[in-house]
Amino acid sequence: MISRREFLQASVAASAILGASGTGKWGRLAAQQSLMTQDDLLNMAPVGNVTLIHVTDIHGQMNPIYFREPEINLGVGQVEGLPPHVTGADFLNMYNIQPDSPEAYALTYGDFSALSQQYGRMGGLDRIATVVNAIRTERPGALLLDGGDTWQGSLTALRTDGGDMVRAMNLLGVEAMTSHWEFTLGIDRVTQIVENELNFPFLGANIFDAMWDEPAYEPYKMFERNGVQIAVIGQAFPYMPIANPGWMFPDLSFGIRESRVAEMVAEVRANGAEVVVLLSHNGFDVDRKLASRVPGIDVILTGHTHDALPEPVVVGNTLLIATGSHGKFVSRVDLDVRDGGVQGYGYRLIPVFSDVIAGDPEMRALIDAERAPYQAELGEVLGQTVGTLYRRGNFNGTWDDLLCQAMLEEREADIALSPGFRWGSSVPAGQDITRELLFNATAMSYPECYRSEMTGEFIHTIMEDVADNLFNTDPYYQQGGDMVRVGGMGYRIDISQPQGSRISEMTLLSTGELIDPTRTYTVAGWASVNEGTEGPPIWDVAESYIRRVGTVDIQPNRSVIVSGT
Amino acid sequence: MNLTRRQALITAISAAAVAGFVPRSAMATTMEEAMAAFTGGAEATEGGAVIITAPEIAENGNTVPVEVAAEGAARITIFASGNPNPEVVTFAFGPLAAAQRASTRIRLAGTQDVIVVAEMADGSYQMAAQEVKVTIGGCGG
Repeated sequence: MISRREFLQASVAASAILGASGTGKWGRLAAQQSLMTQDDLLNMAPVGNVTLIHVTDIHGQMNPIYFREPEINLGVGQVEGLPPHVTGADFLNMYNIQPDSPEAYALTYGDFSALSQQYGRMGGLDRIATVVNAIRTERPGALLLDGGDTWQGSLTALRTDGGDMVRAMNLLGVEAMTSHWEFTLGIDRVTQIVENELNFPFLGANIFDAMWDEPAYEPYKMFERNGVQIAVIGQAFPYMPIANPGWMFPDLSFGIRESRVAEMVAEVRANGAEVVVLLSHNGFDVDRKLASRVPGIDVILTGHTHDALPEPVVVGNTLLIATGSHGKFVSRVDLDVRDGGVQGYGYRLIPVFSDVIAGDPEMRALIDAERAPYQAELGEVLGQTVGTLYRRGNFNGTWDDLLCQAMLEEREADIALSPGFRWGSSVPAGQDITRELLFNATAMSYPECYRSEMTGEFIHTIMEDVADNLFNTDPYYQQGGDMVRVGGMGYRIDISQPQGSRISEMTLLSTGELIDPTRTYTVAGWASVNEGTEGPPIWDVAESYIRRVGTVDIQPNRSVIVSGT
Repeated sequence: MNLTRRQALITAISAAAVAGFVPRSAMATTMEEAMAAFTGGAEATEGGAVIITAPEIAENGNTVPVEVAAEGAARITIFASGNPNPEVVTFAFGPLAAAQRASTRIRLAGTQDVIVVAEMADGSYQMAAQEVKVTIGGCGG
């Protein structure tokens, strides 16, 4: 039903609006910033009678941010070398994007520090509101869906227990959402928001009562738009109690629950759905496998793994949409629904260039009001950075290198561990590190920086366990984060090996000696999922370090040697 | 909370009340011996008749929900291949059973295959396996 050719037609139509010949690619046409206007970014040849608007993984970012995409994002098994496991120049070649163009800046890591100064920050809920309003004007009845990881990730979201984002997303007019980090606010707060504060349904077909294994949240919502019945099924992050602290929501059970998804698809089809949308926080590879095994889903709006792809990935008759993270992108999916089914589609990944898209005044007023009580705290300068601070990458990023160095020095540890989170904004080279930017990389509800003793053998077990969450060849066994970041210790990893055999040559960097399995080492880390973890919050540890050092100069990390790619 | 084998059996009884329930004495020690004891040495084939519903990654290795179904089965046994004593439970279904399906919660010592073998009405054996990971967790996201 859906062909690549149709996408290309839509793409060419978008190019024509830019005033150049149809043979050029959209990316190249927009290469010069002077050509780029708000209309250029929003225009797309409309298709059909249904429009979906997708945002996901905004992680509390109300204002525009910098976000450097990953340099290393390896796929294993059947997805090796397939999007989204394509980065840098390979990504530009795959999608015919000109180097140094706005799209190259938005979608890849190359030359980030220079291009970030040329093209500026991206995202911001006031800009997103402008995009959403423009689409709704052009396409009445367009359905706005949020894939979750919305209520966490900034200082203001932390201080307001997600309240700032709930109010902003209500104003934006979101019509359904699903979840992940939302539950780290604790079950009582989630219940309070869902029952009293949220203007739209909080969907999760795969969330069950842990004791009785009964559904705990609404699984789906039916919408009638322009005479078409649309079913939106919510799929929360499957590994919630494993990857995050289960004690914060002790009565809930999650899981992929593939058979449950299939049941819901059958149920909504029986109820007359002509379009079935899975609003998912599974992660891209999990959704790709799910699409191959559960027929009847027209569109999966993917999330969790923070991938941004300029074209849908098509599996059978299912479109997989990847909208990126932190508000950098908004996806518009047009569907031609006739004779009870989807006959064709158009797609545009809209990059939210904050210097090009005007902010919506009403949303801007809300953002300013939410931030006002915290303005002095947010703006305080803690130090400067020589190089770009960023988080994404399978094995390390300079933000976590900084956090690990801070833990080693401030907590006097042999080894430091920082979790493989994928959220957190970037700080371009040479800029101030404000408290807001530090919180963008650390703000969450279990920030205690522990200091404990671990044997070399146990550290190896942790490393192998986390590596298998990332490099298990079956996507259903992947949890969607990156590798745990390590300070003070180097190691070799062969990602092609099974669990237990990937990690070798663990080396204590301070002495150059191999880690002794029987020896005990002092380890500092943060974001433990264990209840009762003690220590100062990671942001205090990092602030103390940054203030003491003044100008942070993170050197390239050469202590992880990767093979088997 | 540690679910004991006895509690697991009680849960299974309630789930399988219609089918009737036959607890088996667990004399076998290895997976091969345990399976041979059930099939009488006959080979079990992976023909798709046996359906296992279990988490890919356990949220709590001490109490892992497992549902098994095999249409037309007379008996279904769950084996935890990596546990010290692999045989967990056998469900027996009489000729009047409306469905050959049962669920229980089992303890898994670590990451392992859960293996389910069904004795079909014609005396043949069908099987299926699913890996359930038991992880120390903590770095998603």
